[in-house]
Amino acid sequence: MLEIITSQISFFGLLLIFFIGSAFSLLVQKNDRAANIVSSLFAITGSLYGLIFSICLILTGRTLLITSHSASFPLLSMSFHLDLLAAFFIFVISLIALFCSIYGFGYIKHYFKQYNIGALGFFYNLNIASLILVVTAANGLFFLIAWELMSITSYFLVVYERNDKKNISAGYLYLIMTYVGTIFIMLSFLLLFKYTGSFDFAIIKANIALVPRIIKDIVFIFALIGFGTKAGIIPFHIWLPAAHPAAPSHYSAILSGIMIKTGIYMMLRLFLDILQPIPIWWGLTVLIIGSISALLGVLYALTEHDIKKLLAYHSIENIGIIMLGLGSALAFYSLNLPSLALLGLMAALFHTLNHAIFKSLLFLSAGSVINEMHTNNMEKYGGLIKFMPHTALFFLIGSMAISALPPFNGFFSEWLTFQTLFQGIRQLQFSSQWIFIFATGSLAFTGGLALACFVKAFGATFLARPRTTEVTKAKESNFSMLLGMGSLAVLTLLFGLFSGYLTTIFEKIGQDFSIFKNVSSLSSVLGFQSLSTNNNFASVSAPAIFVGLIIATLLAVIVTKYFINRKQKLVEGATWDCGTDLNGRMEITATGFSRSIVLIFKGILKPSIQHEVEYHDAENRYLPKSSAVTLSVSNVYQIYFYQPLSTSINKLSLRVKNIQSGNINAYISYIFLALIIALFSIL
Amino acid sequence: MIRLFLKILKTPKNIIPINNTPEQTEVFVVGQKIHNQVNRLFKGSLAIRQIDAGSDNACEQELVALSNSFYDIERFGIHFVASPKHADMLLVTGPVTRNMANAVKRAYEATPNPKIVVAVGDDAINGGLFKNSYAVLDGVDSVIPVNYQIPGDPPSPKIILQHLLNILESLDNKSTAIK
Amino acid sequence: MNILSWIIQIIFVPLVSPLCIGIIKKTKAKFQNRQGANIFQPYKDLWKLFHKDEVISSEASWIFKFAPFIIFAVTILVGASIPLISPYIQNTLTSDLLVIVYLLSIGTFFLALAGMDTGSAFGGFGSSREMTVAALAEGGFIFSLLAIALVSGTTNLSAITSASMFNHSQSFLSVILAAIGFFIILLAETGRFPFDNPATHLELTMIHEAMILEYSGKRLALIEWASANKLVIFIALAVNIFFPFGVATSFATGAVIIGLGAFLIKILIMCLIIAILESGIAKLRFFRLPDLLAVSFILSVIAIGLIN
Repeated sequence: MLEIITSQISFFGLLLIFFIGSAFSLLVQKNDRAANIVSSLFAITGSLYGLIFSICLILTGRTLLITSHSASFPLLSMSFHLDLLAAFFIFVISLIALFCSIYGFGYIKHYFKQYNIGALGFFYNLNIASLILVVTAANGLFFLIAWELMSITSYFLVVYERNDKKNISAGYLYLIMTYVGTIFIMLSFLLLFKYTGSFDFAIIKANIALVPRIIKDIVFIFALIGFGTKAGIIPFHIWLPAAHPAAPSHYSAILSGIMIKTGIYMMLRLFLDILQPIPIWWGLTVLIIGSISALLGVLYALTEHDIKKLLAYHSIENIGIIMLGLGSALAFYSLNLPSLALLGLMAALFHTLNHAIFKSLLFLSAGSVINEMHTNNMEKYGGLIKFMPHTALFFLIGSMAISALPPFNGFFSEWLTFQTLFQGIRQLQFSSQWIFIFATGSLAFTGGLALACFVKAFGATFLARPRTTEVTKAKESNFSMLLGMGSLAVLTLLFGLFSGYLTTIFEKIGQDFSIFKNVSSLSSVLGFQSLSTNNNFASVSAPAIFVGLIIATLLAVIVTKYFINRKQKLVEGATWDCGTDLNGRMEITATGFSRSIVLIFKGILKPSIQHEVEYHDAENRYLPKSSAVTLSVSNVYQIYFYQPLSTSINKLSLRVKNIQSGNINAYISYIFLALIIALFSIL
Repeated sequence: MIRLFLKILKTPKNIIPINNTPEQTEVFVVGQKIHNQVNRLFKGSLAIRQIDAGSDNACEQELVALSNSFYDIERFGIHFVASPKHADMLLVTGPVTRNMANAVKRAYEATPNPKIVVAVGDDAINGGLFKNSYAVLDGVDSVIPVNYQIPGDPPSPKIILQHLLNILESLDNKSTAIK
Repeated sequence: MNILSWIIQIIFVPLVSPLCIGIIKKTKAKFQNRQGANIFQPYKDLWKLFHKDEVISSEASWIFKFAPFIIFAVTILVGASIPLISPYIQNTLTSDLLVIVYLLSIGTFFLALAGMDTGSAFGGFGSSREMTVAALAEGGFIFSLLAIALVSGTTNLSAITSASMFNHSQSFLSVILAAIGFFIILLAETGRFPFDNPATHLELTMIHEAMILEYSGKRLALIEWASANKLVIFIALAVNIFFPFGVATSFATGAVIIGLGAFLIKILIMCLIIAILESGIAKLRFFRLPDLLAVSFILSVIAIGLIN
């Protein structure tokens, strides 16, 4: 049975389900309900099958190699290489796609009669298929084809709600940044082709010694920029906060949970697998970029009051945390500490999985809220916990997971990352040690600031009293949406409880890399599922924490309610308001909540206040008619990086335009010049 | 900081002992029935919330003086709190002005049972200096039910303290209502 | 003796915490030339609060009603996990450095949410200030404990305490610097001077008190008790991890009794230090607090840099 499931036919069957789903939903596009049912059904079936497929592949530890050489394109071979890393990423893709599709079945209903549901189903299924193709491609050109497919289908999904102009400009920015990234990826592949003579990853890896050191460094930088643009590291992140809010919520979850991880996947593949051996400064650079992304991501999230933009900035922060694990793995391996490198890789992989789960959960709950409130602005929410209690509970669980609170899964992957960094501080010297200290500091502050940000997000959205009357009309989401969110919430808890067991699986996945064969990560699972690293430098037990918390809480509740003063009466009264009347304008706003932190970090964030007052009489300005205060944060990347870049490119283009003088004689002289140069270069 | 500590060490003790002198054992009770559970509940620890219902601040000055090193109300286990939800006893001063009537009522409703209401000062008892003015409601008992009174214009901190201690003493024996 | 050590480990923190608060208040009163309340007064306050009714705002949700239980439960769990008198009880399950830090963050999280839940203006800005201080204190917290963990070779708190201080005499300066950094974090997280005035009545100056203005009766008692527990937890961490003299190294009766006595004396000294500090300095303006927290962080980083 396992043989059949983990065979080549089965893999092609998996892809086929998604392709058929996309084609079929386009066929029934005239009927909204049918298109919704068809696309969701095929997506759900495909994801379920992908889950089974990847789990079987990981458990049996097989590697699938599928190659086909076609004579028509000599360099392009449609070959797939499914090792354990690819199987793990297929697992993540299928898991998130499954719950997003279940959620989407109920969510898409509000697009009926406004947009083309068949097109949505078409692009959605095609996107998931392309994601699977991207993580399994074994040939550079084939990879680029899959990458293009993924980018284009995601572009159409981002601009799906085309009636809103902001979405169109967001999609445009996303498209441009993706293509800038793709150019750098193409350049790096071309450089590798030039020195090793092939686009096949296996052949490049075998001939890596032919590539000179300086070319490898250039490939590293180009790959970092290219895949970093997709992953969303600072300063190439500017498309993330624009594109994530624009897409439909169930797709935002896939964008944030899976698509940006494909950048991480290729970075793992290139830096840990293909381009080895590498110098140490690669790992340290990735560490520094990860620390900066993590800190700046969470600081920008604190300034946002658009709920989806806030979640998008948190994706940047978590990508930074994953890069911390990746960077430490690279650095340790270059310093001949393979066990610690394996630990770093395990931390990065675990956080990839956890982030995909809790970020999707958060985006799906935010989508439910936006569905009912018809606005992204958190300042118009408030008191939603009374109208949407289940959504509030799921958002709370997601917030606790992303703030790394035990016993949810976010804590355990951050714990592993911390342990890797601690080992770095302990065992390294001088400048490497200080970079690890910087990375640990940024991770420590990121955890605290993320906690503050989610108190703000949850509190401003769900607690206190409504700030607008729209809130009172909100209703709870329908069953399929609740099912999608609820399953993800349960998974955050389960993956946290079983983190010990999962770590052994990640060790197995890491050992599949050729540099880590027969390397032990010195981490083990001891009694009570306690995970210990580095021969008991540290140990933590997830079930013990969970059981301890449950017992302590039950004890507190039972003793307080039933043993002390049973005759106590609970009277319902009003909030103590010092005699005034409290209304929705008197509670703390999301902007006000984070204003203290924004002012503390004003060197980085550069906040600004603008007052506009309109007076009844412009001459004697005594009685104001209306007054507006705009609090904003200056967009540093636009002003100091992208704007000067685009201005200089424009200036350069204007200069070059002078070649096109319109004079025929000049053009003939160009041809003559080109001919002479060509003759010279041949001789 | 060293000079501060030296000064602290050199200042002599100046606390005023409060004992039950015979002429002050009277307790001025006003009709309302005390909640049954109050026996012995507040003797060890009493949280007071002070409400200014439009007073002329004379009584407030005396109440503030209760926390200084001369009278030191804390040594009896009594302390002042900021929110009526934390309070056991409401000390209301001032003839309730029209603007503060609603606030006093809300504070009373926000205080959890069992609670005691004490009107401090002649203004709070029957309007005092401001009696029959158009702007006041002539005493706290026109707004919320009052349990005890402390007369005086304003009562000195020693008198307030003796009354409070007597109230706490009498809570023990007070099991029946007075009318 | 085994059972007795375990029982002491679980009930010690909630039992002793009101006494510590009482000692601090009494010392501050003496410094203000007053007589002050009895040192057992907080026990009477808690008992009275447990026997009162509650008034709960109609705008509060289940988070407001549930938060005090989870906050109290977290302090019980952390109190049972940290080394108190006999680190000989090797707790490898929940006694990790990061677990303690993040378990305490659960308490902060729910307290801040409860502060926002009733929709009063005070609760909202109390939560905002509390989260700002907690977010910035996390760096110093993790790093000061990390410095000692690197010196002792493990992040398990019980194991750190088992190693005697004189074993790492060459890192003496690191231990002292990390201890100062940790002391600043102690003041920040437990809401003492110069970060917060625990006895203030002015809502505009409150940080911790502002979030609990809406609580009454049993829930208020639980939250007050939990904040006292947190104070004892931080004091226990400060004295046991940085200055582990006199801890019991075995389950023998004599060792446990000496351990208990030494620990009580150390707690008394720390309470006196906190009370004397509170009587001598003023509360800082809110936007000067990040400077102080940054000082704590930098001291701990220097401590790490000075190891070996």
